[in-house]
Amino acid sequence: MQSEKQYIELYQECREQILKRSCAVMNDVRDEAFNRFKSAGFPSQKVERYKYTDVDKAFNPDYGILFTPLGIQPSRYLFNIKEAPVDASKYYNRIADQNDGVTLLNTMLAHECLMVYVPKNTKVEQPLSVDNWIKGEVPSMMNRRILVVMEEGAEATVIINDHATDPQQFLTTQVVEIFCHDNSRLDLYDIEETTPQMRRFSNVYIQEGRDCNVRHTCITLHNGQTRNTCDVMMQGENAEATLNGCVIGSGTQHTDNNTLIRHSVPNCRSEELYKYVLDGQATGAFAGKILVDKDAQKTSSQETNANLCASPESRMYTQPMLEIYADDVKCAHGATVGVLDEAALFYMRQRGISQEEARMLLKNAFLGQVVDQIAYEPLRTRIAVKVEKRFRGELKKCEECKLCK
Amino acid sequence: MLEIKNLHAIVAEKEILKGVDLTVNDGEIHALMGTNGAGKSTLSKVIVGDPSYQVTEGSITFNGADLLSMNTEERANAGIFMSFQQPIEIPGVSMANFLKAAVNAKRKSQGLEPMKASEFLSMMRERRKLVEMDNKLINRSVNEGFSGGERKRNEIFQMAMLEPTFCILDETDSGLDVDALRIVAEGFNKLRKPDTSAIIITHYQRLLDYIKPDFVHVLLDGKIVKTGGPELARQIEDNGFDWIKQSI
Repeated sequence: MQSEKQYIELYQECREQILKRSCAVMNDVRDEAFNRFKSAGFPSQKVERYKYTDVDKAFNPDYGILFTPLGIQPSRYLFNIKEAPVDASKYYNRIADQNDGVTLLNTMLAHECLMVYVPKNTKVEQPLSVDNWIKGEVPSMMNRRILVVMEEGAEATVIINDHATDPQQFLTTQVVEIFCHDNSRLDLYDIEETTPQMRRFSNVYIQEGRDCNVRHTCITLHNGQTRNTCDVMMQGENAEATLNGCVIGSGTQHTDNNTLIRHSVPNCRSEELYKYVLDGQATGAFAGKILVDKDAQKTSSQETNANLCASPESRMYTQPMLEIYADDVKCAHGATVGVLDEAALFYMRQRGISQEEARMLLKNAFLGQVVDQIAYEPLRTRIAVKVEKRFRGELKKCEECKLCK
Repeated sequence: MLEIKNLHAIVAEKEILKGVDLTVNDGEIHALMGTNGAGKSTLSKVIVGDPSYQVTEGSITFNGADLLSMNTEERANAGIFMSFQQPIEIPGVSMANFLKAAVNAKRKSQGLEPMKASEFLSMMRERRKLVEMDNKLINRSVNEGFSGGERKRNEIFQMAMLEPTFCILDETDSGLDVDALRIVAEGFNKLRKPDTSAIIITHYQRLLDYIKPDFVHVLLDGKIVKTGGPELARQIEDNGFDWIKQSI
């Protein structure tokens, strides 16, 4: 298959239309992305980072491209990039990986960009919510772009929710670039509640300055085929990064999380915890690399991936990686793949709890470690309820969402 | 209440029970003694329905019903409770959630609505006192970080919450200091209703000083070889099992 071809033709046909709908800051980099995409194409499964996701196959169907306009609730911190309060070209497409075919495709096709901008020393009390939804009656594709700029000393919580309910083949690409200037704090949640027909590609790029604290939590509650990439560049001393994630897979769902934390300067800390519970014939993949550059002395890093294969046919592929070029660091990584504890199941059943309920309690408890770390309390409660409902088979769509009804 | 006839059971293709006959009537306490590996724990696990044990011959009826055709949770909800020799730790599942699930499963089997949260909490508070269990333990995950003694106490606390009619205490006295043993045994006695029956598996007389058995059985090599009154336990405490083996 050569899925690239249809997107190359699509761009050539729709270029004028996209340019007209979009704005200078995005159009300025569009043709270059197109040229790179034309020569690079989509990554094949021979590319290390895409070993467990067949990109070509996902992009192969003939999707109609959606140019849904951004619907932004008036807010002091959320903007359409063309109304950005600062020169967005300083940021736009600056840290996104210029060798990643999916990111290139997004850069060439995305017509609008949501910008989260938090000015210097501003502490945003209420979380900023971004709801994405996709609807339609024919196979459709949507390319979303988000830019987050946290000025010096800024603090915010951002919740990105990805919804879909129509049982239609959809594909979304998402590129999120996050710039955290010195001493800023960002707590970002990216939550997917979509359908088995959904294909999602999300690439998140984070750059951290001195004394920053960034937490990124990626939750896959319900999906079809998901690929999440998260790259963190730690470029200022004494910064912290936490990457957490949890995945619930059932049916034939497939979720692939691929992360990179690059320590380029001394005295930074990173922590990573990803947990998967897979049932049915679901598959999961996790690959996390911690890269410690030569100068990044006194780096402290801990990476954990723990997985529960709750059915005989579920499969998990895990690959924690440490690549260390400095000689005075404290780094650890580990991965486990296990099954439900038979002794615990029997103990619960002896107390009268049904097999099904006992399994649910164990699965729920397993993900509790990730859910409990959600700092924003109302979200923690909401996710805990959703996780339990999901394990009970009650969460088939994002029921609370008015948009999806 | 419980009638076991010619029970044979295997685990991992090895026959452990080789024809056990035992009848426990309403309100009776039966002590079960025997050497290590004689099959005492196997018998209790077969009664509660541990899926790793397989019954090859014989029958068990419980209040007239065929127990062997019921699954583990059905047996529990019918009123059978086992205090585990080694209670299991379940990280991430709180004691409250665990007990709520268990209490409501039983209510569901009786056609009752789930218990109200406030009612459940006051029940926990009241029953906890019976076994003098620390409130801090209640707020933890099931048996997580509990000492051996605390785990045994927790078993009796769960029994208090579930109000079974037939209890198996599988070496509940092992690992308990003298004070803890008294508290656990007294807790059991307070909870016991006139028609509550029990099988008490133990190696020592001291538990039977608190919980007086009506019958004492000796299980050796998968069979009950001797039955007597409370005095039999004392004889075993003094003389061991050799004299029984020789008399067979």
